Order: sequence, then structure tokens, then C-alpha cells
Amino acid sequence: MVTAAAAVADDEARIDSSVERGVTTLRLAGPWITRTAAPLDHDLAALVRKHPSGTVVLDLSGVSVLDTVGAWLVHRTQEDLATGGATVRVEGVSADQKGLLEAVSRVERDVPVKHPERNILYDLALRTGKSTYHFRDEAVAMLSFLGMLVVKSVRALLHPGRIRFIALAHNIETTGLNAMPIVGLLSFLIGVVLAYQGADQLARFGAQIFVVNLLGVSVLRELGGLITAIIVAGRSGSAFTAQIGTMQVNQEVDAMETLGLDPIDVLVIPRVFALAITLPLLTFYASMMAIFGGALMSYFVLDISAAQFLQQFKAAIGVNTFWVGMVKAPVFAFAIAMVGCYEGLKVSGSAESVGRLTTQSVVVSIFLVIVLDALFSILFATLGI
Amino acid sequence: MHKTAEAPEREAPDDTVAIRVRGLKTQFGSQVIHEGLDLDVRRGEVLGVVGGSGTGKSVLLKEIIGLIRPAAGSLEVLGVDMDAADEAERRAVQRRWGVMFQDGALFSSMTVAENIQVPLKEYTRLSRSMMDDLARVKIAMAGLACSAATKHPSELSGGMRKRAALARALALDPEILFLDEPTAGLDPIGASAFDELIAELQRSLKLTVFMVTHDLDSLVTICDRIAVLVDKKIVVDTYENLLRIDHPWIQEYFHGPRGRAAEVAHAEHAADHAVAAQAKAAQAKAIGAES
Repeated sequence: MVTAAAAVADDEARIDSSVERGVTTLRLAGPWITRTAAPLDHDLAALVRKHPSGTVVLDLSGVSVLDTVGAWLVHRTQEDLATGGATVRVEGVSADQKGLLEAVSRVERDVPVKHPERNILYDLALRTGKSTYHFRDEAVAMLSFLGMLVVKSVRALLHPGRIRFIALAHNIETTGLNAMPIVGLLSFLIGVVLAYQGADQLARFGAQIFVVNLLGVSVLRELGGLITAIIVAGRSGSAFTAQIGTMQVNQEVDAMETLGLDPIDVLVIPRVFALAITLPLLTFYASMMAIFGGALMSYFVLDISAAQFLQQFKAAIGVNTFWVGMVKAPVFAFAIAMVGCYEGLKVSGSAESVGRLTTQSVVVSIFLVIVLDALFSILFATLGI
Repeated sequence: MHKTAEAPEREAPDDTVAIRVRGLKTQFGSQVIHEGLDLDVRRGEVLGVVGGSGTGKSVLLKEIIGLIRPAAGSLEVLGVDMDAADEAERRAVQRRWGVMFQDGALFSSMTVAENIQVPLKEYTRLSRSMMDDLARVKIAMAGLACSAATKHPSELSGGMRKRAALARALALDPEILFLDEPTAGLDPIGASAFDELIAELQRSLKLTVFMVTHDLDSLVTICDRIAVLVDKKIVVDTYENLLRIDHPWIQEYFHGPRGRAAEVAHAEHAADHAVAAQAKAAQAKAIGAES
């Protein structure tokens, strides 16, 4: 029995059709399974397209093996022929095959399994519209988060006892202390590059000494703070989103709320305060490293000694320049921490959204840092500082 | 011991056995999990695998499907020695089984229909419309509404995700279906519906089902035999016979409070059958008398 079935199974699946006294008989034979289905699908579709009228008999007695694909083909053909106006009979169905045919007959064929493809222009308009609305909603949501954060921050400052100092210290360590090597190295290198490029240009006018002015003003006013903020946004802002997002996925944030803990107090405030403390310190450190790198470069390339450098530096850079750079740091810190925590709290459900929102957090916080920097520039220009 | 008198090392391939495990040993570091484990899964049966936590139920499943390599022993699936088989033979066997992981393991970036079509696209040359039809067929078979086809896994409930995972496992019409805790995390109604679904699919598709589970109800209602992992080995028998085995863990498992509840349900189940049979007989008699 088994060997006989195997012998038939080796046979190719096929359809023999014959017409006798107005009755079309389709004898199905061989294994009607997934492997053999592709040509059968084609043949049956061609048969159906011919719109045979009258009575059509599907004879399954020659089918050795039938799986869901084969059963679906039989069922589909039967249905298509019937809608084409033919009278269809299915014969020679074994008890086993009957169950399968019944199982596939419960399918609703018209339900789409794909999202319909649309016109490109329509899609473009749709996506533009959607993202515009999304942008507006995001901006509103972030503004309301900002408002809440300011209120809670002020409250925390008024009652410093409620600040979680262990979490604060931990965050200062991870966002500040641990960031020092990378921030220091990158700033140092920027200082080197700046001095080198500046020296090249200034040497044409014999004004090498002004490399000190160039370095001092650009690093203290702009670059020190900007570089630090961008590194920290990539390093700590993303970490905030990932940490809080993972807690959201594990429902830890919900658990906190049911235990009467305010997630903003527990998770957000320590991170915001920690960054507000560390970012100015890091900015100062980064500026010093950049100027050190520049001074080193000046010494080797331009023969400007340390004493000369310092003298020129003192003459060229007012204390205002330093404060202009430093005052921006806490604002950047607030923006980065706010975006990081906001995106983290927005995570819902899947682990996939953690990744997506972490990316978004970095993009948005760097964007905000640069926008804020531009706003500061306008402000300082109008104030004449 | 006489070498020639022993049974030949490789037993003759047997059409009635779907999975044959011989002398399996599993070791993680110094920790031995299975040792000298033998198991036969017969074709067309539903085998439930139980055991305390840490006895290596899921590990056994992963070893059979080739995700973990055992330290020693032989594994034969559908007559193919998985250790000796080359890549192509292994792939061919893999195509003949379907696996449903505990949390579904659906690809999160794809819709349910696309998930089901992954193996179809990989292994068959069917036309696009045929694949769409098949996605509908499998979705309907797994008891999902057709509207689930265009949804992403994150938009589905836990029970629906399991059904979608089952639909993907069934994509290539497998002969063996591996299920890892299929009813874990479902409510009792959802769990028993899922049990029924598996039983129905098993009947209509003639599946061999290898199921790791902790659900005593599904063990009792749909499993033909139960494999219990104890003392690094496996004890396989029917539910009725296992109840009589004198082993502390087995006794505890089947005669604990939950075990007793399942036992009562089983007895009721059997009684229902008896009553139904009696009623049928009485009805037949009545009809006979009428005519």
C-alpha cells in the first residue's frame, strides 16, 4: 500500500480533461502538493478562462497526495467555474481529502491581504500631509511636556529633599564622568584642526598671532558648547530614551505609577538635573581641551610660545566671550534631557519602537541644539554682546 | 557482551516513527541536563512534553529542530539522521516541519500575510496571487479573521499572535508541528479554543504534533501520549498509565491540586462520551422501534 502510494507520488501531478456529451471531466492525478502546484495553478487558471459551460466534473480519484495547496486549487477552480456559469461536481474525494477541502472552503477570498498600492503623487501628498500633522502634534506634545517639566523642576528646586540624590549622582557619573575621555579627545582634535587651518590662512598676511583670537573666540563662543552638546545628545540623550523605553516595554513605568511613584520625579527629574549640572562642566572641559590642542599646534607649527599665547589670549578674549558660551550649556542640557526622556516615555509595546524612538531622540535633540544655538546668536547680536 | 548479538547500532527506518532520539546527552558547562535520553514520536500522534523547570523541555525541542547541538546521541527526524545529513538533506527535512515559538517569533517588520509568505517565497515558485490566496487559507485555518492579514504583529493581541505564528508554521504544509508552550499566556477560553484548533488541524492535516506544555488541560484533552522529563531521561505513556507510575515528581504533578482538577475534567470528558454513546444507542433503538 505504502509502496504503491510512493510510486504514484513519484509521478507528476497532471490534469486530463475530456469532453463527453457536454460533460467536461477533469481527471486530477498524481501528488497535488505545494511542490507541484505552480504549473497546476497555471493550467487550471487557463481552463477557467475558457469558460466551459454545462457540467464540469472534477474527479479526484487519481490524486495520490493532497495538501492544503492542492485542496485550495480544487476549491478555487470549483468556485471560479461555478461563478462562470457551469455546474460543477467534485467526485472521487476520499474521507481524508474531504476534511481538507472543507477546511479551505472557509476562506473569504475578497479580503485584501496587502495594503493597496497607490498612486505615487497621491502617496506623496498623503505622506506630506500626515507628517505635517504629525509634526504639529509632536510640537504640541513636546511643549506640554516642557511645561510640565518646568513646573516639576521648579517644585523640585523648592523642595530639594524630594530630589533623588542617588539617581542624580548615578546619572552625573554616567553622563558626565564617563563622557570625559571622548569629549576631551574630540575637542582636542578640533582645536588642533582649527589652529592648523587658521594658521595656514593667517600666515599669508603675516598675522599668525591672531590664530589665538580665532581659536579663543570660536571655541569659547560656539564650538566648545556645540560639540559637547552634540556628543552628549548622541551619547546620553539616546541612552535616556533607551533606558526609559525599555522600562516602558517591561511595564516598569506602569508599575511605578501604581506604587504611587511619579515617573517624572523618579526617572526624568534626576536625568534633567544631572545633565544640567554635567553639560556646563563638560563644555568648560571641552573648551579647555580645544584651546590646549590649538596652543600645542601653534607652538609646533607657528612657534608661538605658551607665554605669548597666553598674553595674546588675555588681550583678545574678554570674560564676556567665556560667559556667552557657558550660559548656553544648561539650556542645551535641558533640551537634550527633555527630548531623551520624552521619547523614552512615548515608547509603547514593542521593542522595535525603542529603536525607532532612540533614533528620533538623537535627531530631534541635535536639531533643537542647533536651533537654540542660532536663537542665542540672534539674541546676543541684538544685545550687542 | 557479544557485539553481534546486540541490536544493530542503527535501527531500521520505521515508517511509523516521525522522530527518533537515541542516547541523547545535553550538557551546559558542567551541568548535565539530559543523559541517555531515548524517545520515539509516532507519526500522527500528539505528544505532550512536560517536566519541572530546568529539566530541559524547550532545550529538547531546540535540539530536535537543530538550534542546539546535543553533546552526544543520535537524532532521526522523518527517517533522516540529522547528524549525518548534509546541508541539503537537512534543509529538505526542515521544510517538512513547522515550528511555533512561545511568543510567536513573528517578524515584527512584516504583516501577518507577509510572515506567512516568507517560507512560501523561499521554497516555492507559486504565483503572487496564489501566495495571497494561500496566506488567506492559512489565516482562516489558524482561526484568525481575514482582516488580520494586513496587520503587523504589534497590532495583534497575544492570542492572535499565537494564531498568526501557527499559520506561519503551517505555511508549507508540514508533517511535524513543533509547539513551544502554545497555550501559555492565554485565558482558559482562548487556551481551550487553541487546543481544539490544534486537534482539528492535526486530524485534517494528519500532523504529528510535538508540544511542550504546562497546561494540564491540553495534556489531558488533546495529547495521545505524554512524555515526562524526569531524572535526565524521559518517560512516555498515556495519561491513564502515567497516573499509576510511582515516581515522586510524576505523582506530585498529576495528583497535585491542579492535576486532580484535570483528572476530574478527564473523567467527565470520558463520562460525557459514554453518556453520548448511550443516548445515541437509545435513540437508535427508539428509531428502530418507531419503524
